[in-house]
Amino acid sequence: MRTQLATFPKGGVHPKENKDLTHALPIETMPDPTKVSLFLKQHVGAPCQVSVPPRVDAPIDDELLLAASHPGAVFRLLVHKKERVKVGDRVGDMGNRLGAVLHASVGGMVQGVENVLHYQEGKAQALVIQTDPESVTPEYSEVDWRAFSRDEIQARIAAAGIVGLGGAGFPTDVKLNVKPGTPLDTLILNGAECEPYITCDHRVMVTYAREIVEGAKILLTVLGITYCAIGVENNKPDAIAALNEAIARSKKDDGFRIEVKPLAVKYPQGSADQIMQSITGRVRPSGQRSSSIGIIVQNVYTTKMVYDAVALGKPLTERVITITGRAIARPANLRVKIGTPIAEIADYLGGTTPDLCKVVVGGPMMGFAVSDLDIPIAKTTPGVLFLSHDEVDAQAFGPCIRCGFCLDACPMGLEPNTIGIYVEAGRGAETEPFGLMDDCFECGSCAYACPAKRPLVQFIRLARIEINQARKLKEAREQKRKAG
Amino acid sequence: MATHHSTIPHQSCDGADGHHLLVSVSPHLKSDLTVARIMWSVVACLIPPLILSIFVFGFQTLIITLVSVISCVATEAIAQKLLGRPVTVKDGSAVITGVLLAYVIPPGVPLWMPVFGGVMAIFVTKIIMGGLGFNIFNPALIGRAFLVATYPVAMTTAWRSPIRDWAIFKHTGPAVDAVSSATPLYVLKHYGMAAMLEQFGSRATVYKDFFLGTMPGCIGETSALLLLLGGLYLIFKGYIRWHIPVSVIVSTGVLTWIFGGERLFTGDPIIAVLSGGLMLGAFFMATDYVTSPNQRAGQVVFGIGVGALTVLIRLKGGYPEGVCYAILLMNPLTPAIDQLFKPKRFSQGAVQ
Repeated sequence: MRTQLATFPKGGVHPKENKDLTHALPIETMPDPTKVSLFLKQHVGAPCQVSVPPRVDAPIDDELLLAASHPGAVFRLLVHKKERVKVGDRVGDMGNRLGAVLHASVGGMVQGVENVLHYQEGKAQALVIQTDPESVTPEYSEVDWRAFSRDEIQARIAAAGIVGLGGAGFPTDVKLNVKPGTPLDTLILNGAECEPYITCDHRVMVTYAREIVEGAKILLTVLGITYCAIGVENNKPDAIAALNEAIARSKKDDGFRIEVKPLAVKYPQGSADQIMQSITGRVRPSGQRSSSIGIIVQNVYTTKMVYDAVALGKPLTERVITITGRAIARPANLRVKIGTPIAEIADYLGGTTPDLCKVVVGGPMMGFAVSDLDIPIAKTTPGVLFLSHDEVDAQAFGPCIRCGFCLDACPMGLEPNTIGIYVEAGRGAETEPFGLMDDCFECGSCAYACPAKRPLVQFIRLARIEINQARKLKEAREQKRKAG
Repeated sequence: MATHHSTIPHQSCDGADGHHLLVSVSPHLKSDLTVARIMWSVVACLIPPLILSIFVFGFQTLIITLVSVISCVATEAIAQKLLGRPVTVKDGSAVITGVLLAYVIPPGVPLWMPVFGGVMAIFVTKIIMGGLGFNIFNPALIGRAFLVATYPVAMTTAWRSPIRDWAIFKHTGPAVDAVSSATPLYVLKHYGMAAMLEQFGSRATVYKDFFLGTMPGCIGETSALLLLLGGLYLIFKGYIRWHIPVSVIVSTGVLTWIFGGERLFTGDPIIAVLSGGLMLGAFFMATDYVTSPNQRAGQVVFGIGVGALTVLIRLKGGYPEGVCYAILLMNPLTPAIDQLFKPKRFSQGAVQ
């Protein structure tokens, strides 16, 4: 069987999986935290607006106005400071630009919009809600989604604030809005979960296989196609079995064909380009969308959320994340409210051990190291790692020995070694021809493989910054020349 | 915006109170492979030929090798100290250079020769080029080329006949004419195949002796078997690829078979492959990361170049052996070969 596993041919690495800390633990629900901080931007696109155009009779709260993404305009507040909200109340709207709506993940009192520590952007605006322990969680009852029209389904997905939970955070309803005439034929559900340590998608697939299969049918209905492949790395046999069983049990004569494709365990199997190639053999041309080769990729957990949104009318207010690493007292697959601070999660799981060295929001290959635990969970956060000294490699890096291991590791066929040498020489702006702007998705395979421990992803980010600066400079010069 | 090593600090975490967490850019996992581990593995793979050389040429070979290694390591340490650079001798690369330098000089040379060679190899070839990763030529081979150019007599005559009576401590000084013996390639070049077979035994004996390493030659180059085992281990571990060694060996064998005899297609490819420094060069010198291409296709081109130049020098050049110069001539072509054979971009396979 092993030889038949689908995989991508070029590049990739095999980091130690370390999933055994949590892969067998059932999903556990954490009680509501004392407060949640909901980032106004948890998705690709513009930040949420916590306020909408004026209603004459309402008072205007200056503090909340600062958060409006249209400075100078007058807005009616969607929620007021000190206002009480229930779980699932819409507290952020998306206006007329790309974005997603936001819902209160706990019931309680709105504290206002504050600048809250963000794992990636330093600080970002978030709506803070103080939890009211008395507040009740609404019940959602299942309805037959087949009764809805395509437009109704999409409206329900949009209203639930669903974004890609795999990490990209692209608004799901927008992704499903494929340009008419695009020759689509395949929906891929991404259940590869190739990041070491992280097991939330694994547990979701085992626990919610039926919902994922139904969700796949909802997505197929919206896209107007019939074939869906669910790609799962072969290190999750129970997830593959659960999905196969759910497919066997699901309604047969509806014309949909859904199958599970076991994939070879190789990082970054779960990257969109790689999983599309593994399953269909098709390669996305640089700079184009995946729909240009007839494929839409959705994360399996996103698909489950789509089911919840459409069949239950349930907004995205909570998600399962993996809290793991050898420096947390009790690793777990935990269902938490969006906006829960990491510190409260660590406390709930018995605290951290004395040899805590590094805290990473996300997976170990692409996640973000943070220096503070007062950072809230976002819709796109798959987990938090508490790494001990033994798990962290803090060796100083040396010069490039030109072994070429990074060239073998790069799934996109780039030259991280050369880019790194350019950046070290202060010539990062000249690296544009090496293709990093379009093709590098910072999977970190190069830096993982480098025996000299060179921070190649960091070099690539610096190169991107320098290229962007050079572009801006060039534009400014050209404008000046035109003006003069 | 100049960026150098030093602008990206490597912090360590001081405590678990949440205020001294280590922060760095992803990935947060690194493979356990390090430069030092690769280098020391290569050193380990080079030890068996050294042990064999003690029994074949005498105890002198161990002393020469130690002198060469100490010379290389000391040169690197002193030079880095004087230049104010971090001292990196622990990574093992200077040790490899020392061992390889000793392996390509004859067993009967005076001890000051490896000292000179070591300084040349490390200081001139590596340190002043910018250190590890920035040298254009293989340091050990430049050391050897320097010695051949400056002390041509010792470097081409200080051979020893293989010891057959286990008297490994008999000759510990520099070689004197009485015990020196020309190498098979020298005899082959100047007196022909018949003379070579007359001196070294029947064809079968020659194959066996060459394969096992009981023939006159440089310290570490004679045993094809042990070098092959070491090289295969490095390939098995994934530290080197098979492309360079195989293309060097195959091209040398084929070209010798075609052009090496009195008529076309009558040369002896097996002697060509087993003799001289070919195995050592193919597995341990032509595969040096810094001075060889890093894409498979480029490595094959590089290997064929080394093989072709080796045969050209052996058959038409002034020296009986050409591996050293063949590799040195191919080394500076590495950047050009890398430019020609770049990795294939992901989207190049796209259906447009």
